[in-house]
Amino acid sequence: MSKIADAFAKGKAFIAFLTAGDPSGEKTAEYILAMEEAGADLVEIGIPFSDPTAEGVVIQEANIRALNGKMTTDGVFDIVKAVREKSQIPLVFMTYLNPVFHYGYEAFFRKCETLGVDGIIIPDLPYEEKEEMSDIAEKHGVDIISMIAPTSRQRIQTIAKDAKGFLYVVSSMGVTGVRNNIETDIVSMISSIREVTDTPAAVGFGISTPKQAGAMAEVSDGAIVGSAIVKIIETYGDDAAEDLKTYVTEMKNAVHSC
Amino acid sequence: MSKGRYGEFGGQYISETLMNELIQLEEQYEYYKKDAEFQRELKQLLNEYAGRPSLLYYAGKMTEELGGAKIYLKREDLNHTGSHKINNVLGQVLLAKKMGKTRVIAETGAGQHGVATATAAALLGMECEVFMGKEDTDRQALNVYRMELLGAKVHAVTTGTQTLKDAVNATMREWSNRVSDTHYVLGSVMGPHPFPMIVRDFQSVISQEARQQILEAEGKLPSAVLACVGGGSNAMGMFYHFIEDENVRLIGCEAAGRGIDTDQHAATMAKGTLGVFHGMKSYFCQDAYGQIAPVYSISAGLDYPGIGPEHAYLRDSGRAEYEPVTDDEAVEAFEYLARTEGIICAIESAHAVAHARKIAPKMGKDENIIICLSGRGDKDVAAIARYKGVDIHE
Repeated sequence: MSKIADAFAKGKAFIAFLTAGDPSGEKTAEYILAMEEAGADLVEIGIPFSDPTAEGVVIQEANIRALNGKMTTDGVFDIVKAVREKSQIPLVFMTYLNPVFHYGYEAFFRKCETLGVDGIIIPDLPYEEKEEMSDIAEKHGVDIISMIAPTSRQRIQTIAKDAKGFLYVVSSMGVTGVRNNIETDIVSMISSIREVTDTPAAVGFGISTPKQAGAMAEVSDGAIVGSAIVKIIETYGDDAAEDLKTYVTEMKNAVHSC
Repeated sequence: MSKGRYGEFGGQYISETLMNELIQLEEQYEYYKKDAEFQRELKQLLNEYAGRPSLLYYAGKMTEELGGAKIYLKREDLNHTGSHKINNVLGQVLLAKKMGKTRVIAETGAGQHGVATATAAALLGMECEVFMGKEDTDRQALNVYRMELLGAKVHAVTTGTQTLKDAVNATMREWSNRVSDTHYVLGSVMGPHPFPMIVRDFQSVISQEARQQILEAEGKLPSAVLACVGGGSNAMGMFYHFIEDENVRLIGCEAAGRGIDTDQHAATMAKGTLGVFHGMKSYFCQDAYGQIAPVYSISAGLDYPGIGPEHAYLRDSGRAEYEPVTDDEAVEAFEYLARTEGIICAIESAHAVAHARKIAPKMGKDENIIICLSGRGDKDVAAIARYKGVDIHE
């Protein structure tokens, strides 16, 4: 069983996202461990990209801060290495195709395998383009996490049938970022997924409060939170660890009690 | 491999949220492409509203002065709204209307595509919002006001480099936010399939006319056709119906800014590398880790770090050539054409004029070449004056 399955083995999963290199590589490693300690079941590490077209303002700015701080793909691998010296928490990358393409698929996924990165989420790699890298990723035991959107309709089952690791269910139209309301019919999306696969499905985009996280985890296998965490890091910079722990504890309690 | 490939280039590298919309767009486009009523309406708009066919003008003084091949100018600058952009926009906005959309959004660099989209939206009764880099809204303030006059809402994009690439990012984000009633009128032969194909088809009217016009005027095909290239829409339009004519050289002129040996250029073909961005696999100006590079050109319309996938294919298959042209050369050609032929062309188009000045004198007098004059230069006059250190007040 891959480490991603471990994240969902104990019940509903709380998945935390942060951008690598914001505010620094050392701090990113420290914050991953802090969030694990507070109860995060899986961490998504964002490899910064100059033009993150699926992100809202909060994560866009984190990408810019990380790149201005000279974070690179190799720098992100160093962060993973540092984390893996102390932790076996399931880790997945979240980035855009171009940085992976440029690194070279073989070199990139070999490094993921060696360092223990369990999966990757690439918003600009839809189902139709997956074969771009699916064989190489599979050879190195890295799951390509597929996304399902509110507009996916008849595509839901096509995508779900081939799913690896977990399914990332996008809660809302548009880009990442905190929202007051989530209006998509998540229940019917999940039931459509359940007809064809047992692969866990976690919901992301727009979740920031324990109430929202609980509501989403109630109807799925977990909740994914990015912008709200990145906002804490933006606010507290090098001293965000305690606030992150407090926030993650609250959120995972809401998710785990479902 | 997915649809919309030109060799290894192209594809549909876009978020899942937009995939069904792209599939729908392709289906609807294929349907209306064969629909006689749609084609009749489009032709009527192009001819009676935009002023097509555009002239193929024999530039006699320029020919005489350069002393080589006969030079013809394909006058897209004479179209309504002042550039080739209207060809694509009328097609796409009409298509969007047939698809039941009530709102169009668009990115714009120099403002030509934004103005054209705002124009078509006004004419066809659609709501219109245009995204434009903050730096470009400053460089092209007059075009911002034009769009507003036409009833469009203009958003100044303050993220990233605040130019065309960031305007595309912002428009893509807005489209994924509101897709059910909204069509994204992409302005160049770029982005995810089916956009490179749709934009090429709508722009191919340029070479369809030019090929016929040159045969009527000269009784033979040109030795070369030239066009400036940013994303590459006027060039694709100028090349398309000549692709099968193997003896016609296809020459794209890209923006070398302050020189391709500096870091201030937008010369994707000369200096770019293979990558995946804005929905397509193609060549991009980028660093060793695949971060998209800031690019520079005096021309806001060529100030883009990528190039359409069909151009990448035409170059790598040896069918088309791409030449870098610096700011200085373009400005000199801009002034040259004004003085020699009495035509103030867009600074974008001046890149093609500049390269023609280099090659025409070396060609025989029995040969002819066509330069696509993609737009008129009114919008650039103030910027050129600034470049030359002339202080003018509008």
